[in-house]
Amino acid sequence: MHRTPAELVGARPEAAYTIEFDGREVPALPGQSIAAALWAQDILAWRTTRVGGRPRGAFCGIGVCFDCLATVNGRANQRTCLLPAQPGDTVTTQEGHGRADLAV
Amino acid sequence: MPTSPSDHPNRPEAGERAVSEVYDLAVVGAGPAGLAAAVTAAGLGLRCALLDAGPRPGGQYYRHPAPGLGAVHPERLHHGWAAFAALSSRLKVHTAAGRITYLTGHQVWTAERGEIWRLHATLGPEVGAHAVVRARTVLLATGAYERQLPFPGWTLPGVVTAGGAQAMLKSGLVLPGRRVVVAGSGPLLLAAASSLVSAGATVPAVVEATSYLHYAKGLPTLAANPAKLAEGAGHGATLLRHGVRLRRSSAVVEAHGTERVTAVTVARLDRDWRPVPGSERRIACDALAVGHGLLPQIELATELGARTRETPDGSVALAVDSGMRTSLAGLWAAGETCGVGGADLALAEGELAARVIAGRPVPPALRARRERRRAFAELMAAAHRPGPAWTEWLRPDTDVCRCEEVPAARIREAVEELGAGDARTVKLLTRAGMGWCQGRMCGPAVACLSGDDRPRADSRPLACPVPLAQLAGPEPS
Repeated sequence: MHRTPAELVGARPEAAYTIEFDGREVPALPGQSIAAALWAQDILAWRTTRVGGRPRGAFCGIGVCFDCLATVNGRANQRTCLLPAQPGDTVTTQEGHGRADLAV
Repeated sequence: MPTSPSDHPNRPEAGERAVSEVYDLAVVGAGPAGLAAAVTAAGLGLRCALLDAGPRPGGQYYRHPAPGLGAVHPERLHHGWAAFAALSSRLKVHTAAGRITYLTGHQVWTAERGEIWRLHATLGPEVGAHAVVRARTVLLATGAYERQLPFPGWTLPGVVTAGGAQAMLKSGLVLPGRRVVVAGSGPLLLAAASSLVSAGATVPAVVEATSYLHYAKGLPTLAANPAKLAEGAGHGATLLRHGVRLRRSSAVVEAHGTERVTAVTVARLDRDWRPVPGSERRIACDALAVGHGLLPQIELATELGARTRETPDGSVALAVDSGMRTSLAGLWAAGETCGVGGADLALAEGELAARVIAGRPVPPALRARRERRRAFAELMAAAHRPGPAWTEWLRPDTDVCRCEEVPAARIREAVEELGAGDARTVKLLTRAGMGWCQGRMCGPAVACLSGDDRPRADSRPLACPVPLAQLAGPEPS
C-alpha cells in the first residue's frame, strides 16, 4: 500500500527549496507548480474574489478556469497551477482583481 | 487551391525548406492525437511543427512529473504509458533529425486561413513573447476540458475538478486532501478515483449520476472494444481492492464548509437527474473532485467557421470526414476535438489524419480501430448525457459563473423577467461567462438555464488571454 503520491511513483526528487507564501516559508520541489507546492502544505486558497471576497484556489488544475490566480513576485493574476515554483518566489494572496495599486 | 502536401508531389528538398520556413504540417497540441499525428507525418517525410502550451509532451492524459521530481515509476499513475513512451522516443528522434520542430510553451490564440496558414502563439507575458508559425496544412489536436454543472458550495476551496485532481497528482504528486469524494458523471471519475486511492487518499464514495444501464443498449459496441472494457475493469478492481463504494444514480447536491469543504450531501437522482426527496445523506470529506464529462476545445476552428456537430452527450465537436478533414480546406482535426473518446481513439485518429495529409493510404485495420473506438465514444457520450433536471440542485444564491460571481437567481431573472433566450443574451445582461475563463466553466450551465437546448460552439475570438502589447506590437518574423 502506497501512502503518498511520491511513494507510488518512487520519486527521488532533487533538493527542495523555499518559496514564500504570505510571509510564511513553504518548501517546493523542483518542477512543482506553485499550486502544487501550496497543496502539499494543505493550503487550498490564495485568492479572494472581487465581489464577495470569498476564498479560492486551484479548481481545474490545467490553466482553463483562472480560479488559481495569485500575485507572484509582485505580478498579479498569475495562474499558479501552470507556473513552476522557483527558488525565492514570493506568492501573495490576491485580493480581488489584484490591481489595488491602480485605484484612484 | 493546393491545400495539402498531397497536392505537392514534388516537395522541396532539405536545403530549400530551411529558407522557406513554411512547414508542411503544423500540429496544435502535443497530447495523444497531436503526438501520434506529428510522428506519423514526420515518418512519412513531412516537415512538421508541433506546438503545445505545456512544457512537456503528453497533453492532459499523459501529464507527468517534471524531471526534477525524479519519478522512477511515472507509469503507475497512468493507463497505456507504454504507448506514450514509444511516441516520446519517436518525437525525440524526429526532433533531433530536424523533421519535427517541437515548440513548447506556445499557446496558439488564433489561426489565419490561407494557402499558407498562419498560427499566432503567445509564449508568456513579456512584450516580445509571441510567434507566428506558417504551414500548408494544420491539424487541430487541442483536446478537451471538463464540463461543470454548478451546485451549492461548488466554489469552496477543496472542491476541484476530477481532471484537475488527476492533473495535479500526475504532474505535481500532490492531493487536494486526504479524504476525497469523487462525483459527477463519466469514465474519468473511475480513473480519477483509482489514481487517488493508489496515491494514498481515502475515497469514501464515487458518486455517478447515471445508472450505467444505458451501456447495455450498446452490447455489440462493447463487445467490439475489449480493451476499453479491460481499462474500466482495471479501475473497478483497484476501487474494489480499496473498498471504494460506487453510488450510481446519485449526485453531490451540496458541498458544506466555510473556508474549505468539510462534507458533501449526496442524493439519489431520478432518470432526469432530479434529486429524490428524503434520499440525502451527508459524507464527511476534506476535498471533492467533480466533473460531468469533457468538452472539446475547438474555438480555433469554430472562429473560422468550421462546421460542428452535436455529440450524444450534448457537447459540440468539430465535424470531420473519414479522413479527419474539417469543413475548412487545409484544416484537419483529431482526438477529443472531434468528440470526446479517450486516448486510444485520439492515437488512432492522429495517425489516420497524418496519413491522409501525407497522401498515403490508410491501412484498413487502422480505420477499423478508429471506427470501433468512435462507436464506443458515442455510446459512452449518450450514457452520460446530463439529465435536464440537474438545475434543481441550484439555490437562488448559488454562483453559476465562478469568475463574475453571478448567482442562479440573476440568470433566472434575465431569462424569466428580461426575456433572454440564449446564453449570449444572458451574458450581456448578467456578465455570466464574461470573466477570465470566457465561459468555459459556466457555459453549459448558463445555456441550459437560458432554455437554449441547441448546443452551439462558444465564440472566443482569442483562444487564450494575450497581452495587449503583443497584439499591438509588430508581428514577429
